[in-house]
Amino acid sequence: MNNLDLYWGGFVTTLTTCVIALLLSFVLGFLIAIMRVSTVGWMRFISRWYVEFLRNTPLLVQVFIFYYALPTLEIDWLNFDGFQAGMLGLTFYTAAYIAENIRSGIQSVPSGQLEASRSSGLSYLQSMIFIILPQAFRIATPPLGNQFINLIKNSAVLAFFAGGDIMYVADSLQSSGAVFPVYITAGIFYLILTIPMSVFVNFLERKLAV
Amino acid sequence: MNMNKKMLFFALFALMLLLAACGGSGGNETGSTPADEETSDSGADGGEATGDAEGDDSEAAAEGSTLQAIKDRGKLVAGVKFDTRLFGLKNPQSGDVEGYDVDIMKLLAQHIFETDSADDVLELVQVNSKTRFELVDNGEIDLGAATATINAEREEIVDFTNVYFIAGQSLLVPEDSSITGIEDLTADTTVIAVKGSTSEKNIKEKAPDAKVDLYDDYAAAFTALRAGKGDTLTTDNAILLGMRETDPSFKLVGGLFTEEPYGIFLKDGDDEFREYVNEFLNGLKESGELDELYQKWFGEPAPENILYENEFLK
Repeated sequence: MNNLDLYWGGFVTTLTTCVIALLLSFVLGFLIAIMRVSTVGWMRFISRWYVEFLRNTPLLVQVFIFYYALPTLEIDWLNFDGFQAGMLGLTFYTAAYIAENIRSGIQSVPSGQLEASRSSGLSYLQSMIFIILPQAFRIATPPLGNQFINLIKNSAVLAFFAGGDIMYVADSLQSSGAVFPVYITAGIFYLILTIPMSVFVNFLERKLAV
Repeated sequence: MNMNKKMLFFALFALMLLLAACGGSGGNETGSTPADEETSDSGADGGEATGDAEGDDSEAAAEGSTLQAIKDRGKLVAGVKFDTRLFGLKNPQSGDVEGYDVDIMKLLAQHIFETDSADDVLELVQVNSKTRFELVDNGEIDLGAATATINAEREEIVDFTNVYFIAGQSLLVPEDSSITGIEDLTADTTVIAVKGSTSEKNIKEKAPDAKVDLYDDYAAAFTALRAGKGDTLTTDNAILLGMRETDPSFKLVGGLFTEEPYGIFLKDGDDEFREYVNEFLNGLKESGELDELYQKWFGEPAPENILYENEFLK
């Protein structure tokens, strides 16, 4: 069926956006978290304000800045299409939350652990990698799982600027008739993405449990 | 595993119940309005209604009911757009809604109540492309003049008066664009259109190769064009002219490749009221007031064949 092809296209777009944004936001969020707990003043300063700005403004505003505002600077490579703008917005937005989850994970490891590993001869970096971070991630897994699921759901912002995702397909189909089945179908496609993610996070939690 | 499956099933079931509940209460809410309207209508013409379901023939047969209801209420309630230049646009400074559609509704209100000013006898209600026909169908507005193209599909839901504006679909491009008409729209060009509009369907037929990006409303679509998100924006000429007025670095090209007659829409089957509005429009044409309005908003006199009867009527 023709409509199913359209949904499939939207599904692939949403999936691609989410996978890329998830990986990028995890890397960026991790870096920001490390900067937040570092001993270097300017790193703490930058990372703190990054989190404050990105976490305290609506995602829609951020994505509109990427999509509509940046092109007015008339720099060629800053003119993103809906897919790119949505992906960038999701990445930067989600990274702020991920950074906070990882930071709180790191900070909930008792400080005695770092002192103990340093006095047993490990360097600061070694202590972080082998002692602190493994414990931090165990604590951060459930909130990180929430962020990943939120990221998938938030990807519906792409529909606002012809991003071609599931929500965009549903929006364009509903204008030509049946509204109810159109959005129900869209919901089901999102569940196809979020439920496996939920199951995976639950599995991770169980696996990492002490 | 079995446990998980059960949980999933219950979660989905709960979701469906919730949706059903939402749908149900929404229906009741909108349902209450036409019911109220119905009672007041039948009161006005001597209690003719005998508990019939709404919307059947007895209502259309009721003599002068709509006009009488408007007169009893003391004002005409008309749906117009608040966001469309030249037709119905809310002036942010004064708060007034201004445009061709609005002026026609003002003149109609003055005509009904035989006054020189529409200030006290006209209530304007904001409508958009998604809500306009539902509002007239459930009686929240008496009629609407809101850049509505007459077509067979819509004729099923509402009735249209004779044509009061002949619009046509055209293309808006940046001043330095190489696009001169519909034949330049190829697989390499991106066309911007609005979700659910007639122009969306038309452009997909006339330029099947072009990529069409859809936006929620004209403001978003024009912002996208200005941000360089597409090569051209397509919709009715009049709306494009309004956009060009705000930003003269754009131009219209390709002439009119469709003809989209605008009609004033009112409740389905209300022949009496439709005839009344048609006669009023003919009066405007004869007195020259329609030409004046046209000149005021579009910079030219009205075309000769305006007010032709739309082909879908019978």
